[in-house]
Amino acid sequence: MKAASPAHAGLQGLRTRPLDQRVPIVLGGLALLLVAVSLVSLGLGAVGIPVGRVIDALASAFPGAPAAPPGDALVVLQVRLPRLLLGLLVGAGLAVSGTLMQGLFRNPLADPAIVGVSTGAALAAAVVIVMGPRWFGAVPFLALPVGAFCGCLIATLFLYLIATRDGRTSIATMLLGGVAFGALAWAFMGFLSYLSNDQQLRDLNFWSMGSLSGSTWAKTAAVAPFILPAMALMPFLARGLNALSLGEAEAFHLGLPVQRVKAAAILLVAVMVGASVAAAGIIGFVGIIVPHTLRVLTGADHRLLLPASALLGGALLVGADSFARTVVAPAEMPIGILTAIIGAPFFLWLLLGRQRGIGA
Amino acid sequence: MMPALEARDLTYELGGRALVDGIDLAIGKGRFTVIVGPNGAGKSTLLRLLCGELAPTRGEVAVGGQSLRRIGAWRLAHMRAVMPQAAELNFPFLVSEVVSLGVDGIGRGLTRADRAGLVRQALDRADVAHLAARYYQTLSGGERQRVHFARVVAQLAAGRSVESQQILFLDEPIASLDLRHQLAVIEEAKALAGAGVTVVAVLHDLLLAASASDDLVLLRAGRLVARGPAEDVLTHARLAEVFGVALTSPVLPTQPWAAIPAAGGSAQRL
Repeated sequence: MKAASPAHAGLQGLRTRPLDQRVPIVLGGLALLLVAVSLVSLGLGAVGIPVGRVIDALASAFPGAPAAPPGDALVVLQVRLPRLLLGLLVGAGLAVSGTLMQGLFRNPLADPAIVGVSTGAALAAAVVIVMGPRWFGAVPFLALPVGAFCGCLIATLFLYLIATRDGRTSIATMLLGGVAFGALAWAFMGFLSYLSNDQQLRDLNFWSMGSLSGSTWAKTAAVAPFILPAMALMPFLARGLNALSLGEAEAFHLGLPVQRVKAAAILLVAVMVGASVAAAGIIGFVGIIVPHTLRVLTGADHRLLLPASALLGGALLVGADSFARTVVAPAEMPIGILTAIIGAPFFLWLLLGRQRGIGA
Repeated sequence: MMPALEARDLTYELGGRALVDGIDLAIGKGRFTVIVGPNGAGKSTLLRLLCGELAPTRGEVAVGGQSLRRIGAWRLAHMRAVMPQAAELNFPFLVSEVVSLGVDGIGRGLTRADRAGLVRQALDRADVAHLAARYYQTLSGGERQRVHFARVVAQLAAGRSVESQQILFLDEPIASLDLRHQLAVIEEAKALAGAGVTVVAVLHDLLLAASASDDLVLLRAGRLVARGPAEDVLTHARLAEVFGVALTSPVLPTQPWAAIPAAGGSAQRL
């Protein structure tokens, strides 16, 4: 046992509280964090805007509010707000997808990007970008998110089928199968890049690195109808995933419709990862950092873990995006690079921790 | 009287081999039945068929006269609980949370306070109340088994408000337990049987099985060899034939062990 610092003791006290007491504390705290990160993020950029003026600019969007300086309103409302909202949607979607996948595979190492699910979505998006104009003359409306959804669905199903035998999921098979699938998808992406013109090549590059640049209200509006309904459905899976963490047979003994829970989880992951990849490319490790941190600090119960993942995932991605677009200003670092720099060591640490038997 | 649990021509084939072969069985309400047999006899497979986890290749299982095929998972969870041999858990759940899983689903009709009460009682009955705030992953194998025993006890208690006829299935529930806790779990299971719960267990320890059970079911190579009271089933001839062992005493010793009462005077609560 480590010597308990006051902060450590406080968290331990929170952890052992009953769920109904933990929910408001944790979700309230994370919501405050989300608002704070969002306000700071809206002020950061080529033109720095203090938080007070950010709030004035936001308020000016509502009828009857006093007008803000036109420059502020333009930057905040037209440039940074859509990007912020897209970041929140994608971050929440990826973190919740990670949580769902880990619940489905009963293993904390499953992350959409690591096991090749995001790559499947990106490959499908690449096919749409490169082959769309050849087949249809243009990239059809909504073809990108729908294509990414299909790619993601196929990848998740494939992974589930090869890694699960008799209701037991082999983590080694899952990770290695994901590696093989990812390598195959990258190979096809490489092949597609030879068929691409200059603009398509730039698009593909964007997809493979992950970025929130080029966010518009239109893009945000195209992603929201995928991610928000999935978020609304996610609480219905919480009890099922809790029971499933004991094993499929045990979940059945507890009265769960196991096959339905699994199918719903796979579908929601495909919808959210598909939409996220279509809008922002491959952004890895959000789905592993967020749920893992929350499980250790606030518990593994999915009734709290799922909504908490959504809030922390949104805050984390917006925070990372703010950093990525200011640290090398006036250029921008692709956010996927940043999350990998933070996430890959985190993943290794997690892996080594499990080896020592502390697996959480 | 209608048997609480009935198997008719129950058969389960895997890869062309019958793991359970044409078993007929009727178990009365509140009986404590123990399935015994050498390794590979099909004990666990039979248990998994009886509790509905596996669908039989041929034949059927009936609970309270109703075919298992016609009972959905949700209703079935009110009628029976199943304690697995081992369940690994990769997420950091507290012991109290693992036990709560038994009542979170089917106990939805109860109040939150009732559910918490059932969990507390179950933690007590399995002697894991002192571990309630520990992480499940930090427990020993035996402690984990007791936690799962608490979980199924809680599930039965939650289901009791809906279904009066209940069955408890235990798959080698005491394999990793020390002697004292083996006796304690057996005693709790017997107490449940005394309260009308039909108990079906797979046990390896023949002496314990003989002393604890109302009936033994002896299997060999997927077939039913004998069933009935221990002294009728475990004869010298059968022990030699099925297990390849000889009993060193003329009769089967009954009750080889007894828990020692605590110093405080009252019987020790394990």
